[in-house]
Amino acid sequence: MFASFHGSGNLRGLAFEFSPIVEQTAPDTVTFDVSGLERLFGLTQDIAAAIMRRTGETGVKANLATAPNPDAAICAARGFAGVSILPQGDEAKFLGSLPLKLLDPSPELQETLERWGIRWFQDLAALPPLGIAERLGPEGLRLRQLARGEVDRKLVALEDPPRFEDELELDYPVELLEPLAFVLSRLLNGVTTRLATRGLATDELRLRLTLENRAIHERRLRLPVPSLDQRAFLKLMQLDLAAHPPAAPVEYVHLEANPVKPRAVQSGLYIPVAPEPLKLELTLTRIKAFVGEDKVGSPELMDTHRPGAFRMTWGRSEFTGKLRPAPRVAIRMFRPPRAARVTIDSGRPSFVTAAGIRGRVLELAGPWRTSGDWWTVDPWERDEWDIALSDGALYRIYCAPPGWFVEGSYD
Amino acid sequence: MGAAVLQKQFESVLQWQVRPAPELVRTGISEVDAATGGLPRGALTEIFGSASSGRTSLLISIVAAATGRQEICALVDAEDAFDPVSAAASGVCLERLLWIRCGHNAEHALKAADLLIQGGGFGLVAMDLGDTPPRTARRISLTSWFRLRRAVENTPTALVTVAQQSNAKTCASLMLECMRQRVMWSGSTPLLRGMQVRVVRRKPARELTACFQTAALE
Repeated sequence: MFASFHGSGNLRGLAFEFSPIVEQTAPDTVTFDVSGLERLFGLTQDIAAAIMRRTGETGVKANLATAPNPDAAICAARGFAGVSILPQGDEAKFLGSLPLKLLDPSPELQETLERWGIRWFQDLAALPPLGIAERLGPEGLRLRQLARGEVDRKLVALEDPPRFEDELELDYPVELLEPLAFVLSRLLNGVTTRLATRGLATDELRLRLTLENRAIHERRLRLPVPSLDQRAFLKLMQLDLAAHPPAAPVEYVHLEANPVKPRAVQSGLYIPVAPEPLKLELTLTRIKAFVGEDKVGSPELMDTHRPGAFRMTWGRSEFTGKLRPAPRVAIRMFRPPRAARVTIDSGRPSFVTAAGIRGRVLELAGPWRTSGDWWTVDPWERDEWDIALSDGALYRIYCAPPGWFVEGSYD
Repeated sequence: MGAAVLQKQFESVLQWQVRPAPELVRTGISEVDAATGGLPRGALTEIFGSASSGRTSLLISIVAAATGRQEICALVDAEDAFDPVSAAASGVCLERLLWIRCGHNAEHALKAADLLIQGGGFGLVAMDLGDTPPRTARRISLTSWFRLRRAVENTPTALVTVAQQSNAKTCASLMLECMRQRVMWSGSTPLLRGMQVRVVRRKPARELTACFQTAALE
């Protein structure tokens, strides 16, 4: 038994509520298999009533027809308003009053049929098949079968969009990460296997833990490249949960993977060595666990003259560095800058004392006055000096509103 | 007869294994390359010297040369002393540099360096202990240095450490001591124009010296 909707609204979603086998026949027509629903609802009338009840609830405006074959149901849904139930064996009789244009014949065929005075299903259904085959060919014969409601075919079923997720309700709350790892391993195994069977990988894993105190603990793992390495995923999750542990024992685990195409990389003999992305991610996660999240990355200079302005990023690929032929003097920064006591003689620093630094100024260059961001709420200005101290080192010191500071040493 | 058979069977095992000469990579300073031949891959190189001796300039030049070869480099910064602005001015491609800021913790620096070498794939791993007090650096056990040397062996990674004094001792394949010869000031309004640095190769045995000049930052 088949049913067909013809109308507007979320027809597909509604059909999926009643059947896993749904065909999108046309943008405004959806056909689905309702075989077996009689065990749930009873007679065909009851099935149709249940579907129409749900149609009313969801706000879908559509005609519904049920028939022993899909095409009869489609014709009835398109031709009759409301609910139509075609009994087995009486399809031709039921559909007889419908106009032939519902079958959408080719213009030439329609013209021929009109010249013969055939405008309704019942007219075409009454013609002998042999004569139609001789005069109108296979298309004419197919139209006659449709008009009689005799075409039987399989539905071209829509696939429900695949969701790569898994969940597990635990028998008792899990307090420790180690037993939780076994649960995660099982879920990961299922999700990655499903991804692998469809030739996909993932670049993001979303973990949702429902805790004993009804709170939700959510973690999102972004991967540098699409992968299917289950062991690496598990290790990354363990490290992430160790760094951000749930506040209470876990009762329910839900894992979802974002499906993406796997990465295809052309390797070459002359390409310089580089860390394997997922392995590097694992290494960086391990390092972040003891040095801190924001202490690992690649420095990116910011578009400002403010001294020491940079931010930490990772994963950029463009090359912006300029190769220099000669080495430049490097500076070692003191973070935070060391507060200093500076003796001024004739307007110039003559003696500097700071934590671990003490000496007479032997040579100096400066002051270099810089300022900026005066148009913002966080302006800066300072006078910089490069000094050679009697302790044998070269320093950069500066004077900014709170006082004197040693910024770093030239090395 | 028995001895001859035994000798034949175990000859290959008893023979002294000659290690192949390591691949050498350029430091980016021709004078230093000429004196040392370059930095060995799969080995530990130690650069040491007092404050403002030019050791950081040498390190930054090594990193710039490595990123220029399109290699991914890691800088494990024990004292958070790295300055990206001057490094970029020296030609370091910051996009290819992974900077680990250990926040004044030498132990974390050792651990991070070990993890990075174990992870593999880096052209250069540099560990900067330049501002770590000598007392703290001396406390790093020789076992830790052996562990690092063993980890980097047979890899294409060059491991470089910078400190105020030599710490790795026998674990280092190449030891370079930096000494500042003079500071160049110029102009009627004095300006720091650069430094002249003397690099002395302390290991392997024969002492070799190179001098290079650093230009001022622009």
